[in-house]
Amino acid sequence: MMRLPWFKYHAPRSVAEAAHILAAEGGDAMLIAGGTDLLPNMKRRQQTPATLVSLRQVEGLKRIANGKGLTLGAGLTLSEVVAAPQVREKYRGLWQAAAQVASPHLRNMGTLGGNLCLDTRCLYYNQNEDWRRAIDFCMKRDGQTCWVATRSKRCLAVSSTDTAPALISLGAKVRLISAEGERDLALNELYCNDGIDYLARRPDEILTEVMLPDLAGWKSTYWKLRRRGSFDFPLLGVAAAVRTAPDGTVEEARIVLGAVSSHPLLTEAGQLLVGGKLTDEAIAAVGKKAGAVAKPMDNADLDLYWRKDVVPEFIAYALRELRGDDMSETRMRVTRQLL
Amino acid sequence: MNAKKKLEVVGKSRRRVDARAKVTGLARFADDLTLPRMLHCKLLRSPHPHAIIEAIDVDKARAYPGVHLVLTGKDFPVPFGIMPVAQDEYPLAPERVRYVGDPVAAVIARDEKTAEEALELIQVTYRPLPTIASPQEGLEQPETRIHDYGEQGNIHRNQSYEFGDVEAALAASDHVFEDVFFYEGNNHMAMEQQASLAHIEGDGKLTLSSSTQNPHYLHRQMARALQMPASQIRVIACQNGGGFGGKCDPAGHEIVVSKAALMLGRPVKICLTRQEVFYQHRGRHPILMKFRTGVSKDGKLTAVHLQTLLDGGAYGSHGPASTFYSGVLTPVTYELPRFKFEACRVFTNKPACGPKRGHGTPQPRFGQEVQLDKIAAKLGLDPAEMRLNMVTQADSLTANWLKIGSNGLAECIRQVVERSGWKDKHGKLPEGRGIGIACSTYMSGAGVSIYWNKMPHSGVQLLLDRSGQVTVMCGATEVGQGSDDVLAAIVAEVLGIDTSVVRCVTGDTGLTPVDLGSYSSRVTVMMGNAAMEAAGRVHELITAAAAEQLDTLPEQVVMSQGRVFAADNPNHGMSFVEAVVLAETKFGTLGAVGNYSPPKQPGKYKGSGVGPSPAYSFSACVVETEVDRATGMVHIPKIWVAHDIGRAINAVHARGQVIGGVYMGLSEALMEEQAFRRLPPKLSAALVHRIPSMLEYKTLTALDMPDVEVMLVEDPDPNCPFGAKEAGQGPLLPVMPAVANAIWDAVGVRIDEVPITPDKILRALVLKREGKTPRIGPESFPEVPYPESVFVLPPGEGGDGNESKNVSRPSAQSSQSSHSRMEVTAS
Amino acid sequence: MGITATVPGKVHITLKVNGEEMEVSFAPYKTLLEVLREDLGLTGTKHGCELGECGACAVLVDGAPLLSCLTLAIECEGRAIETIEGLANGPELHPLQEAFADLGGSQCGYCTPGAIMTAKALLDNEPEPSSQRIKEAMAGNLCRCTGYQQIVESVEKAAGCCRHAERVKA
Ligand SMILES: Cc1cc2nc3c(=O)[nH]c(=O)nc-3n(C[C@H](O)[C@H](O)[C@H](O)COP(=O)(O)OP(=O)(O)OC[C@H]3O[C@@H](n4cnc5c(N)ncnc54)[C@H](O)[C@@H]3O)c2cc1C
Ligand code: SF4
Ligand code: FES
Ligand code: FES
Repeated sequence: MMRLPWFKYHAPRSVAEAAHILAAEGGDAMLIAGGTDLLPNMKRRQQTPATLVSLRQVEGLKRIANGKGLTLGAGLTLSEVVAAPQVREKYRGLWQAAAQVASPHLRNMGTLGGNLCLDTRCLYYNQNEDWRRAIDFCMKRDGQTCWVATRSKRCLAVSSTDTAPALISLGAKVRLISAEGERDLALNELYCNDGIDYLARRPDEILTEVMLPDLAGWKSTYWKLRRRGSFDFPLLGVAAAVRTAPDGTVEEARIVLGAVSSHPLLTEAGQLLVGGKLTDEAIAAVGKKAGAVAKPMDNADLDLYWRKDVVPEFIAYALRELRGDDMSETRMRVTRQLL
Repeated sequence: MNAKKKLEVVGKSRRRVDARAKVTGLARFADDLTLPRMLHCKLLRSPHPHAIIEAIDVDKARAYPGVHLVLTGKDFPVPFGIMPVAQDEYPLAPERVRYVGDPVAAVIARDEKTAEEALELIQVTYRPLPTIASPQEGLEQPETRIHDYGEQGNIHRNQSYEFGDVEAALAASDHVFEDVFFYEGNNHMAMEQQASLAHIEGDGKLTLSSSTQNPHYLHRQMARALQMPASQIRVIACQNGGGFGGKCDPAGHEIVVSKAALMLGRPVKICLTRQEVFYQHRGRHPILMKFRTGVSKDGKLTAVHLQTLLDGGAYGSHGPASTFYSGVLTPVTYELPRFKFEACRVFTNKPACGPKRGHGTPQPRFGQEVQLDKIAAKLGLDPAEMRLNMVTQADSLTANWLKIGSNGLAECIRQVVERSGWKDKHGKLPEGRGIGIACSTYMSGAGVSIYWNKMPHSGVQLLLDRSGQVTVMCGATEVGQGSDDVLAAIVAEVLGIDTSVVRCVTGDTGLTPVDLGSYSSRVTVMMGNAAMEAAGRVHELITAAAAEQLDTLPEQVVMSQGRVFAADNPNHGMSFVEAVVLAETKFGTLGAVGNYSPPKQPGKYKGSGVGPSPAYSFSACVVETEVDRATGMVHIPKIWVAHDIGRAINAVHARGQVIGGVYMGLSEALMEEQAFRRLPPKLSAALVHRIPSMLEYKTLTALDMPDVEVMLVEDPDPNCPFGAKEAGQGPLLPVMPAVANAIWDAVGVRIDEVPITPDKILRALVLKREGKTPRIGPESFPEVPYPESVFVLPPGEGGDGNESKNVSRPSAQSSQSSHSRMEVTAS
Repeated sequence: MGITATVPGKVHITLKVNGEEMEVSFAPYKTLLEVLREDLGLTGTKHGCELGECGACAVLVDGAPLLSCLTLAIECEGRAIETIEGLANGPELHPLQEAFADLGGSQCGYCTPGAIMTAKALLDNEPEPSSQRIKEAMAGNLCRCTGYQQIVESVEKAAGCCRHAERVKA
């Protein structure tokens, strides 16, 4: 049986209390929400916090508030996010992304906040300690070299969250609270393109909620590439959101790629669509442009060149769905369920 | 049984006898066991793929609070191994480690956590040796020897057989096709991780309860490795949470906890982690294969020359048998007048390969069935028709002297063709959609035991008493396949009672008669025949006693539905319990034994022991695919499979075995691979399992599994109990080639390699677009120093089953040089 | 403030398992899986990876199927835990248990407790699931024996039986 290391454990009741504990414990403390990312990592000794500060009993983190847009508490489980009718109706890309995370059980456990703060992943790193010892560890933990690119100065571990690309395409912001105060950040700014320091969040900050703007006139979608219909992390996530005029002319468009970099990749390819219609040619051009910036590495499942080759195709799936094409057959083939 | 009755139990869909325990959580798997004062064991494993152990310092670990014992290689001087010719493993490596994960030390402590913490205190000094990562490297670097036994260098097993002059037949063929295929290794990934609990009974004897498919072989190897009389050891096979071949080998950890229990006088348990299960492995061998196949114009086989190269991993395991199986069953499906088969198994610094569902045969079956599809395409024949035209016949002999009994292959082909709508689909579906067919066969038990002996392969003992209870005991092992249910069903059928009356006691070397174990699909046939014999003997006693009471002849007495009565007067009779009382009164304490040994086989040459079976099952499979041309992603909407099972003992579970086999075959076809990673050699000698986890070792989930339509072809085989042949392995075999063939039909590309992943398909599609050969697969087959062939004349050429020495074979010298007349197609 | 735990040491809490209150003390690093199996002797819940990758350890917590291998036992106080041991009503099997036993939903039986508990949560919420919905709900329970088809058939059959039982009651 894989077992957790020893840790101290706190279960605060309020954000303030949690923030206070985090501040007092210093860098050796970590938050635990659903634990579905942190606990496997601890069992494999990739992460070994001395103290766990549990968010489970913290009040207010499961809030769903309608205002001008929608506010989602970081403590909502992904199943709760999927079940929220507002998400399904108005923020379809998020709904589709959340519904494709991991497996049904893991969605019942894993939270939105945890998904946004998910550790970056790499096949040289998501391994037991003795496995990592056999390669003399790597830069991300206990070692020197990055085995994915031995000359790389930085870790190239992959941002593997499904909901972050979707939320970025939807223009989401997040609130971070610490003992020192609170700040709001565009979600895109929460991420850094570095496999080790992948979050701009300070260790003493708690992500408490996600704020979505009112998106009247927008449509969004999320397409995920993975081997199986369940369990697997994304090998590519394509989140797309467009606002179109009644005649179908694109007024605004955002295309975000997940799992092809150490952070969710907000591409500039969306600009190509603005002012035109979602024609096959425009879609192909966007696919080409966005595909060029995707940098999959040999540290996840399947052949990396293939993963890069199919980026334009997945972007096309997304944009065709937004155009109104019936994509159900493709969706069934790729996702194995309708979304 | 004289007074015939209709089958009442056999063939019905019934709740299996062990189902209730399984759905209530009461079934006890090895890790579910606990005993008072139980201690826990953890193993320290090598971080090096190949190294000499220079020193081990365990003092700190020994002194760690809560630690009771630390063991190292020194404590285990005697090697073991399942095959007498490959006893090359130590429970803990004494001086050399041969793969990342080779166990070197064990800590026994009050709990797992303490043991784990103490492992970190053990200091091992290693001197690394060069790493051998593939059979090709093993052949090229014979001076870096992984073992100092074997044929030469790193060649563990090397063999060559020729049945008739194959070169001459190829030279005379209208066409010769030459293809190279590769089948990647893969793991069983049984859901249960192996666990074992050893303890000392009150009488001082050792008992090991373990996740094992083969308690009998384990029993023997424990006696050997622990240097104690087998009579002092009892091995209990617990419920197994799946086996698929992964729990066939005796494992080092089983011997380690036994030794620890003996030394400490306390129960000691170990449960492997999932990563350790991938290290213990014994899974499918990666095999590179080359087929040279001669065909006549009308699509009949003239000869096959098959060469295989097996990546054995670091230890022998079942390797000698696996090497044979990479070829010997090739001639069983289609008429093949001549056959040459060369096979070589090489040691590498990876976890040992061994038997997985289909043991050694899925790989060549994949090659052969894909090559046949190419041949059909080339000759313009319908692949199903072509196969149908050359199926082997019932009661025939193959070129390599295997005796085929019943044979339902033709019917299997007809049924899948019919049900799948093959005729309207093959070659006719729109671009991107396709359909493919493949066939196969498998043994219902191996003709000889793993160690040489003339004793029964299976024994069954039956006990009855005046209470009416029936206890049946057999060494056979439940791994999920339903062996307990088969045992109960056969006894119940013969005695005319319900299976709920029968209590099964199985897989316990301290109580049950020897059965060789749950491997090679042998249980239904061998245990079943033994059970038939035992139950028949009891039937005789009961009917004799009842006949007196009923005033009729014993032959006239019928046992049916819990009653015993005269055939001509069914109302005149008694209950089963009353009849048992009469029998116990008349004959004294009731019981009987039965046993089974497979029939003698016609092949007499050295090596002819591998391949023969009392009966062969046959399967045919049709797979439909949709291939996305932009991504190479494959969708499988449906699979049809027909399996010649002889007779289904329990219809619902026979179907379950078939679907389960198809599932595993499809999972292998599309994604399963035991792949390894090497770091840049300048920086590191590491050679690690790429993905030793259930997340990254991909297997199909419920959402990925297509609908499977199963047809059971029931043509009872006279060698089998109620005619029942195997179903556990055969139906897996045709799936992988059928997938490959369906992809060809869909988009016109050949993937001559398993697994068939979307990146390979897309690469092939690009080649096709560029006008190049649209194929992905190995480019060539290396020079392998195969030995001179053992030459045996096939039955059709006047042979007697013995090796023919000094026959003149004109073509042998000029081999491969005389292709002037014929066209060699690298298809 | 809620529970806290220190190193080394044990926590002592009350868990509600299958409707029964059970007092138990354990080291805080233990997951619900370990506590159920090792401290409460409820070995019906299985494990295949302990990393959230197989579903063998699924139990219901407050009615939802969770992975006990990634649930800290210390976080389970006050929550209703259901395991396979609590499913049958005395000698009477739950319709899911009946169906799995009769239709081949269980071969080796190792994935069975997790699969049945997952299916129970599904049927409690959706009495008439389509086979596609069943597959979606069971997509987190790996099985190496059945190829899933007979599992899906078992759940379908049980759904029918549950609905029938409801109608009879009504
Ligand atoms: C087998 C398996 C498959 C998976 N597949 C996927 C997948 O396909 N897609 C995917 O996106 N994820 C996947 N996951 C990862 C994980 O289940 C999800 O990302 C989940 O949403 C994580 O949420 P959590 O609450 O469990 O996070 P935790 O494990 O509790 O936390 C994750 C990280 O976030 C931090 N954190 C948590 N909450 C907060 C907060 N409020 N403020 C600041 N920091 C916080 C933690 O300290 C930790 O570093 C998978 C996991 C497993 C085990
Ligand atoms: S990308 Fe490089 S440094 Fe980062 S986890 Fe992977 S191997 Fe380690
Ligand atoms: S044990 Fe595999 S998911 Fe929990
Ligand atoms: S029945 Fe064996 S794993 Fe599912």
